[in-house]
Amino acid sequence: MSQIAAPAGPGYEPPSTADFNLPPVFGDSLYTTKPVLLVLLSIVVISIFFIIASRKAAVVPSKLQFSGEMVYGFVRNNIGQEIIGHEFMRFVPFLFTLFTFVLVNNIFGIVPLLQFPAMSHVAFPYVLALFTFVIFHWVGIKKQGLGKYLKGIAFMPDVPKAVYILLTPIEIATFFLVRPLTLSLRLFANMFAGHLLLLVFITGGDYMIHDTNLFMKILAPFSFAMGIGMTFFELMVQCLQAYIITLLTALFIAGALADEH
Amino acid sequence: MSPLIRLSEEAANPLIPHTAELIVGTIAFILLFLVMRSKVVPMFEKAFALRTEAIQGGMEKAEKAQRDAEQALTEYTAQLADARGEAQKIREDARVQGVAIIEELRTKAQEEAARITELATASIEAERQAAIKALRTEVGTLATELASKIVGEALDDQVRQSRIVDRFLDDLEKSN
Repeated sequence: MSQIAAPAGPGYEPPSTADFNLPPVFGDSLYTTKPVLLVLLSIVVISIFFIIASRKAAVVPSKLQFSGEMVYGFVRNNIGQEIIGHEFMRFVPFLFTLFTFVLVNNIFGIVPLLQFPAMSHVAFPYVLALFTFVIFHWVGIKKQGLGKYLKGIAFMPDVPKAVYILLTPIEIATFFLVRPLTLSLRLFANMFAGHLLLLVFITGGDYMIHDTNLFMKILAPFSFAMGIGMTFFELMVQCLQAYIITLLTALFIAGALADEH
Repeated sequence: MSPLIRLSEEAANPLIPHTAELIVGTIAFILLFLVMRSKVVPMFEKAFALRTEAIQGGMEKAEKAQRDAEQALTEYTAQLADARGEAQKIREDARVQGVAIIEELRTKAQEEAARITELATASIEAERQAAIKALRTEVGTLATELASKIVGEALDDQVRQSRIVDRFLDDLEKSN
C-alpha cells in the first residue's frame, strides 16, 4: 500500500486493481508473490493447528482440542450432516478442508503484517470452485449414471414440454457455468472489495495526515477510525464467505445425490 | 487459456488468474485435504465416537444401578413382609400355646384337686373304719367288762364276747 500513498504527492491516488499485483517477495518468480506464500503459510498453519488439536482424541478435550472440535463439529454437523444427510461423512474431509482453507486465507486479510486476502486473487477461488464443480458432478454421475444425471439437469421432470425451450438452456447454464462461476466470483469479489475498502480508508488517512491543509489533518483520524471499523466488518465478511462457499458446495452435493432436483 | 494467462501477468485484470497461483492453489488445497483426511478427521471422529460411547456407557451404568436398587427394594420389601408374617405367626402360636398351657394347667389342677379330695375321702373313710373298729372293740371290752361285773360272769371267751357285742350293737342300730 505504501506505493500508492505517496505522502507528498501532487494528489490522492486512490487504490486500484494494480495494488493487488504485488511484486515477488523475493527472487523474480511468480511463485514467490505474497498471495502464493500466504496460501502456503495457511496450509502449514491449518495443518499444524488441527493435527495438534486432534492428536489426543481425548474423551474430555483440552481447550485446544475443544476449539478444533468446535470448528470441525460446525462443518461436520451444521453443514455436512444437516444439508447432505445420511451420506455426509464421505464429504466431510473435503468440506472441512474447504472451510478452513478459505477461512484462514480470508482472515489473513486482517492479520497484522500479513494483511492480504489470498482469495482476492481470483486463481484461488477458481481452483476451489473447480474442485466443487468436479466433485458434485462426479457424485451425481456416480449416483444416477451419466445419462440419467444429464437428463435430470436438462429436462426437469413434471414440467410442460414447451417450457423446456426456456428451461433447458437455463438449467444447463446453471449447472455447468453459473454455479462454479458464482461460487468463485462471490468469494473473490468479497475479498477483493473488502481489501480495497480497507486500502481506501487507511491510505486515505495516511494521505490526509501528511497533507499541508490543517482541515485534512483533523479529518485524518476519522478515516483511520473507519479503517478500524471496517476491519471488524471485514472479519465478519471473511467468516461469512468461508461459511457460504462451504454451504453452497454442500448444497450442490446434496442436489446431485438427490434423485430429482 | 494460456494467452489469457500471459496477458494477466502483464495487465491487471483481476478476473484473469495467474498460472502460478492456479498451480499453487491446487497443490496446496490437495495437500491440506490429504492432511485433513488422513490425520485430522479420523482423530476427531475417534474422539466423538469415544465420547458417545462414554455417555452411553454412563447411561447404561446408571440404568443398571437403578435396576439393582429397585430389585434390592423389592427384595427388602418382600423380606419385611415375610418377617411381619413370621412375627404374626409366632404371636399366634404363642397365643395358642398359652391357651393350651392354661388349659393343661387347669386340667392338672382339677385332677390334683380331685386326687387330693379322693385321698382325703379315702383317708377319712379309713380313719372312720379304724375308729369304728377301735370303738367297737373298746365298747365291746368295756361293755363286756361292765356286763361281767354286773352279771358276775366272766365272759372271757373271745368268740362269745364278740358275738354278744355284735348282737348288742345290732340291736342298738335297729333301735336307732
